[in-house]
Amino acid sequence: MKKIATGNKAVAEAVKQVQPVVVAAYPITPQTEIVEQIAEFVSSGELKSRYIPVESEHSAMAACIGASVTGIRTFTATSSHGLLYMHEMTNWAAGARLPVVMANVNRSIGPGWNIWAEHTDAMQERDTGWLQVFVSTVQEAYDTTLMAFRIAEHNDVLLPVMVNLDGFTLSHIMQPLDTVETGDFIPPMYLPHAIDPKNPAGYGGLTGPDQHFKFRWDIERSMRDSVKIIEETEKDFADRFGRKYGFTEDYRCEDAEVVVVSMGTLGKEAEVAIDQLRKEGIRAGSMRLRWFRPFPRLNLKGKEVVVIDRDYSFGFGGVLAKSIQAQLKTDVFSVIAGLGGQEVTYEDIADFVRKRRIGEESWFGVNANV
Amino acid sequence: MISLQELNTIAEIPKEEYVLKCTSACAGCSDSLALRYVLKAAGPDTVLVVPACCTSVIQGIYPNTAFNIPVYNIAFGAAAACASGMSNAFRATGKKTNVIVYAGDGGTLDIGIQAMSGAFERGTDFLYICYDNEAYGNTGMQRSGATPMGARTTTTPTGKIDAKKDIDAIIAAHNPPYMATAAAAYPQDLFKKVQKALTFRGPSFIHILAPCPPGWRFSTEKTVEMGKLAVKSGMWVLYEREFGKLSINPQSKAAMKRPIPLEEYLAPQGRFKGIDAKILETLKQNLAKNIRKLSAEEVEE
Repeated sequence: MKKIATGNKAVAEAVKQVQPVVVAAYPITPQTEIVEQIAEFVSSGELKSRYIPVESEHSAMAACIGASVTGIRTFTATSSHGLLYMHEMTNWAAGARLPVVMANVNRSIGPGWNIWAEHTDAMQERDTGWLQVFVSTVQEAYDTTLMAFRIAEHNDVLLPVMVNLDGFTLSHIMQPLDTVETGDFIPPMYLPHAIDPKNPAGYGGLTGPDQHFKFRWDIERSMRDSVKIIEETEKDFADRFGRKYGFTEDYRCEDAEVVVVSMGTLGKEAEVAIDQLRKEGIRAGSMRLRWFRPFPRLNLKGKEVVVIDRDYSFGFGGVLAKSIQAQLKTDVFSVIAGLGGQEVTYEDIADFVRKRRIGEESWFGVNANV
Repeated sequence: MISLQELNTIAEIPKEEYVLKCTSACAGCSDSLALRYVLKAAGPDTVLVVPACCTSVIQGIYPNTAFNIPVYNIAFGAAAACASGMSNAFRATGKKTNVIVYAGDGGTLDIGIQAMSGAFERGTDFLYICYDNEAYGNTGMQRSGATPMGARTTTTPTGKIDAKKDIDAIIAAHNPPYMATAAAAYPQDLFKKVQKALTFRGPSFIHILAPCPPGWRFSTEKTVEMGKLAVKSGMWVLYEREFGKLSINPQSKAAMKRPIPLEEYLAPQGRFKGIDAKILETLKQNLAKNIRKLSAEEVEE
């Protein structure tokens, strides 16, 4: 069914169709619209979930954990400080192998208070064992949320999934949305280690130095296995509903000499920049990274690479740039742009490419020569 | 299942054990003693949610567990929120399984208070039990909000200056259908209160005094005696509140009329050794004030 929706509403729409048994959430701008919409669906009876209006994000994730371990489907949404506040529990959800699905509306971290888009919040969760995917359109936010449940709950994965969408530039913009009849695309959830008083067991108790590492390895084993499940799920989605995704979305990359790598809405902006550059005779392409965890093998051999990071690891560099540099074993041009909602136009991105200095890092708006 | 009738002898308590042998509890531990009766009262259709506390350790080391019911271990400040999710999930799927938080005083009065307050305010259908050994026992006896004034801990080496936080008043302000105090030294009373708490829909709370031999520095055979002295001195008052209405236990009523000298309770405990005379005086005044307050409230009703 075709409609017009914001990124937030698209996520809520997908959640309504997937029917989690428990949704526990706390409001935070710019995520709030997701939980408001879910609360509305619950009160109208369209969504038969228990909505737990918790008193904090730490409790939101803790409630999802407690609910999920009984073997039922759970969802929550957060942003920025909320995500950081639940950090202890995001680790717990992954370590406990619970397929919680969460939408994270990317927003910067204070001080000062800034409610606009930035990826630093999600980056600070990258080592927790969550699968992380970044979307760029309203349609993609909807489609990916649907797929997130199937991927998280697949018994070869059983890890939580975080669907990231940029604050305001995606959460609050209206675009066309084509909803689907999911049918049996998402099978009923089966949690092999669900709590059962008839088969009592201890969960997450004291685990010694002779055992603990085995559980950590098991997270990584499943993270590696998730690659196949993501591919399968995205293929089945494309076969059923006609929209094809992937670990990356590549735009005019085949014959490109220089490729812009980015995540989220800037990746869409980059496509416009590429068309512009091509007109000028610059053979450029755009690679928008969708899945950040598990981190894919990128096909960038022999190309110059310009990486846009909407995040920063202080004393180290742009997280994306450094990750790509490590994988390619070659230098890139690292641009730090869009922090705290800083405006970055396609013309700016075209300029990053025109004036690229491979091996260097440049902060957009800070260095005079960019 | 035993009804709510008066239990006259300990022999009427079910024989089934859910805290099995070979826990890693210290000798004379009243946490595991209390839990034994809590679980006998709750029965097998129960999930225990345990934040970081002595009970996280007592249950044993993976892959072993000494508890014969499902135990969900969760981070320090998250027990009530986790139980809130679990209870909602069970009820949404038509299950009556008891969800019981079993948390220490640090996990209740300090780091867990926000999540607990939220869960009570939202009317979560669960029982929250705080077993109170008046310090962070598991990490080596640091002071908590529950440590009484004058007690020495590893972070109050000369004795705590501040008074014990009145968590029961805080819980009472949430108007739960049922709340009670209990002590590991009075197992029949504890058993009855747990059974009763589980008959209410919505949140209930039981605050158990759990004397700790290594932490309080008394010899291990005196655990029960210490709990009884706490009650007889009026330092610990056994009561319950049903929809706000206070009923004080007969043992405590008697003690409140004619309490034994507080020194009889404090003297066997190394943590109060050399207590400052002024602090002792304040402790006594606070105790008397609390007794007056509770007596007045019961008379009023």
